[in-house]
Amino acid sequence: MNILEFTGLVALGSLLAGFLGALTGLGGGVVVVPMLTLLFGVNIRYAIGASLVSVIATSSGAAAAYVREGYSNIRIGMFLETATTIGAIAGAAIAMHVSGNSIAIVFGLVLLYSAYLSSRHRDEHDPNQQSSKLAKKLKLNGTCPTPQGKQPYNVTGVPSGYSLMFGAGVLSGLLGIGSGAVKVLAMDQAMKIPFKVSTTTSNFMIGVTAAASAGLYLNRGYVAPGIAMPVMLGVLGGSMIGAKILVKAKVKVLRYLFAAVIVVLGIEMIFSGATGRL
Amino acid sequence: MSDQIVTSTKPESWDDQRIEIIIGTLLRTGVILAASVVLFGGVLYLLRHGHEIANYSTFQGEPESLKSPRDIVHGVFGVSARAIIQLGLLLLIATPVARVAFSAVAFAIEHDYMYVVITLIVLAVLSYSLFSS
Repeated sequence: MNILEFTGLVALGSLLAGFLGALTGLGGGVVVVPMLTLLFGVNIRYAIGASLVSVIATSSGAAAAYVREGYSNIRIGMFLETATTIGAIAGAAIAMHVSGNSIAIVFGLVLLYSAYLSSRHRDEHDPNQQSSKLAKKLKLNGTCPTPQGKQPYNVTGVPSGYSLMFGAGVLSGLLGIGSGAVKVLAMDQAMKIPFKVSTTTSNFMIGVTAAASAGLYLNRGYVAPGIAMPVMLGVLGGSMIGAKILVKAKVKVLRYLFAAVIVVLGIEMIFSGATGRL
Repeated sequence: MSDQIVTSTKPESWDDQRIEIIIGTLLRTGVILAASVVLFGGVLYLLRHGHEIANYSTFQGEPESLKSPRDIVHGVFGVSARAIIQLGLLLLIATPVARVAFSAVAFAIEHDYMYVVITLIVLAVLSYSLFSS
């Protein structure tokens, strides 16, 4: 395959990666890594470098739309990001002492169970749901656009959400990918934040977390311009389309899509752990 | 219950909204700029190397000239297509960092000093891991 064909095909696949990544708040890595390694025979390290680029591209490409529409909650994102970034540094520090493979298998199993949890519908604007004192103090409660106009929501479970975010950071430091899934799950399941707010706020956070490790990957020579170029352009296009769709999409459909994607991610993690790729 | 909703929505004044629109515009500008640079470098790269064989099966690591920001800028002036792409990627990496930095300013304008501190913590950790490597 010559470079021209390679570039075109990778850009096309990345379009899908950005589209799914923006809709689910997971970033494009879920699609980009297996596409490059399994379909195009790209070395895993180049694939990880490209995955990092795709996460930042999804995040920034979709963010402009989400910020304008008022979905993402910048306070929730910023507060939780303190846990994630510090967790990522901790994860990178212990990465040399633990086996990434066994962690990947456990994480994969957790994801399969989480897929079941997150596919269940829940009343997102339940007026009986109380805000916790801590959430009020941290000004985490907000409003979210719905078909019935802007609806307020109350946040709870701050300590457990915060701990999960720290765990998400550790995982991203250890495994490089997969932290978007934990972020969405922590906000949706532990903190009872509306699903669209959870995915769009995760979308903001994954960009920041990925930018933190970008210097490291660039330095190690993981970022190959010939691969990163079609990945970035394709993902950007896909994420912009995805952001437009999210605004109109039904929460129920988005939940099923999210569950389906993390099932695939879970299988990916178990597979790469079992074959010792990490 | 109802008074709780009022207090929780009150801080979201038009001020908040205006700041979000400014941040959204900044983000879009950054992304468009980064994409244009990558596209320009990409076209140049394809014109020069489009018919060579793509081979990424073994990891060799990118050359020194494509790793550090200073060497990348140096390569851009030598009209190296790969260096121009890397420059665009550096701009892309800078957008989330810029977003965090602008958020700190935005919270300061709103006199929300608790969140100025939180945002600065994120920015500090971010800078630490970006520059320590």
